[in-house]
Amino acid sequence: MAYDLEFEKPLAELEKKISTLQRKGDRLKAEELVQLQEAERDLRHKTEEIYKNLTTWQTVSVARHKDRPYAADYIRLMCNDFFELHGDRSFGDDHAIMAGPATIDGQTVMLVCHQKGRDMKEKQFRNLGMPHPEGYRKAHRLMKQAEKFNMPIVTLIDASGASPGLVDEERGQAEAIAATLYLMPRLKVPIISTIIGEGGSGGALAIGVADRVLMFEHSIYMVAAPEAAASIMWRDSAHASHAATAMRISARELLPLGLIDEILPEPLGGAHRNYNQMAITLKDALKRQLAEIGKLSVEELLEQRYQKFRNMGKYGTLTEQNLATAQA
Amino acid sequence: MAKEAAVPLTRQTSSSNEEKPGLPSVGNIAVKCPKCKEILYSRDWEKNLKVCSRCNHHFRLTAYERIELLADPGSFHELDADIISVDPLQFTTFPPAHADQRNYGEKLAAERKKTGMNEAVVIGHSTVESKPLAMAVMDFHFMGGSMGSAVGEKITRAIELGIERNIPVLIASTSGGARMQEGLFSLMQMAKTSAALAKLGEKKLPYISLLTDPTTGGVSASFAMLGDITLAEPGALVCFTGPRVIEQFMHIKLPEGTVNSEFGLQHGMIDAVVHRRDLRSTLGRILRLYA
Repeated sequence: MAYDLEFEKPLAELEKKISTLQRKGDRLKAEELVQLQEAERDLRHKTEEIYKNLTTWQTVSVARHKDRPYAADYIRLMCNDFFELHGDRSFGDDHAIMAGPATIDGQTVMLVCHQKGRDMKEKQFRNLGMPHPEGYRKAHRLMKQAEKFNMPIVTLIDASGASPGLVDEERGQAEAIAATLYLMPRLKVPIISTIIGEGGSGGALAIGVADRVLMFEHSIYMVAAPEAAASIMWRDSAHASHAATAMRISARELLPLGLIDEILPEPLGGAHRNYNQMAITLKDALKRQLAEIGKLSVEELLEQRYQKFRNMGKYGTLTEQNLATAQA
Repeated sequence: MAKEAAVPLTRQTSSSNEEKPGLPSVGNIAVKCPKCKEILYSRDWEKNLKVCSRCNHHFRLTAYERIELLADPGSFHELDADIISVDPLQFTTFPPAHADQRNYGEKLAAERKKTGMNEAVVIGHSTVESKPLAMAVMDFHFMGGSMGSAVGEKITRAIELGIERNIPVLIASTSGGARMQEGLFSLMQMAKTSAALAKLGEKKLPYISLLTDPTTGGVSASFAMLGDITLAEPGALVCFTGPRVIEQFMHIKLPEGTVNSEFGLQHGMIDAVVHRRDLRSTLGRILRLYA
């Protein structure tokens, strides 16, 4: 897999050097072998260094990397069985949301995931991973079903936002999202949400009101996609990188703000460099978290979930003092 | 519980609408309807509840004007008026060439000064046709009615007031959506307010949502669209995605007023479109029916 992001240029050069040397195979001279080993070590170190210090905007490009694993990849690698269920029972089936019961090491869970498309054709089929209202209504139906059959709910979030078309307005996008936000806080089964790539706006939160919210190291979670936020604030989506930086959308910035619970480390150079390793990390974290919240009674579970979101937000009270400083 | 005080309703008397944002005024004696361009005499226009007498365009109201319109005279008691926004992200990054380089704190101070309000929502309790009600009334003039932590907190407290006192809740929405300057904190207010409404619902207390121009984005995709009864003023922009973004996304041009109250009614998203002059009596009827 090539290093193809802008900030990976130094890595691409090293990789080129390595592959040139490797091509020589048995004809490699002794000093060239040393060079090869050095280059490999350099590549590892440099990748570590670059990925440890990614800027927020660089993180955006990793989270949106064309080879980044999607929900279906993790399902394939981490679930023994997954039976996809279709349709919202009132309008149709949405392909940007993939959902159904699955087993993770013998435990049955209800999976509700965003699914982006890999090639042009699939991107179109899945509406670039942006769900229509019927997608959220399918999610609503299956989350209720999970409660009925006492299955924990696992959601994998990876959408830049909900679909913004006229048909979505006609079918009530706002109501469809609001309905899941109304449902999730009171569901009597454990819910774990993981942001695996992009978590954008209400379209992401609609399957994200969970007991535990986990984020992949190089994923992003935001009130609106950087382009949309820049367009709202500054009337120009070209300022997206500034919006991304200002809104603090990376996992390592959100954890200290108390908005997420855990960061899952990615393989060196991003999840797309090692699907298997990432799937194992995710599976282990899900099992650990499920075991932990599984110990709570339903009352404790609901109360903790309610308080978790009840307490999100930072505000002040107006005293004459801080009014004076604020207006100064 | 927060301080409770009867609000001096001086801000409602709308005799001075010079400098008021969003109100295109022609001097002090007349305003121009932005929709049909009719020149309306201020006094007639105010008597007509700021509705254009020619084309029925409903002008935007301030939160206090709307409270005066809906609540029984003198019955409104404001709560938690002292809650203000802080700058949780230290939002200070700007595109270098951009004209407006004020940070979020400065912007908030300017909005407070401009509107004379502390935040984009006013909450409290009142009676409507003698029926007690917890209310939250948003104001578009304060940073486009956007929802950050303070707005989310106040709305949640209004819902909790309903639960506490066992009374119905009314939220009058007008908002451009979530407030970008508070990032993910703003998004989480959607979860917080909706969770509070779910609790209210478990207590079997009615929630009436009133949509006014405009109700979009994160506000429409949370509490605004969760009403047991959802009412809207005529011609209000009501949508998740604004027309400008829909046009960009679909590469089409939408006709005027495509995603408004009437569109919502037609597509089954709204229970009734109600003229401003009938709002109080309609609320009264609903409160009696659901009592």
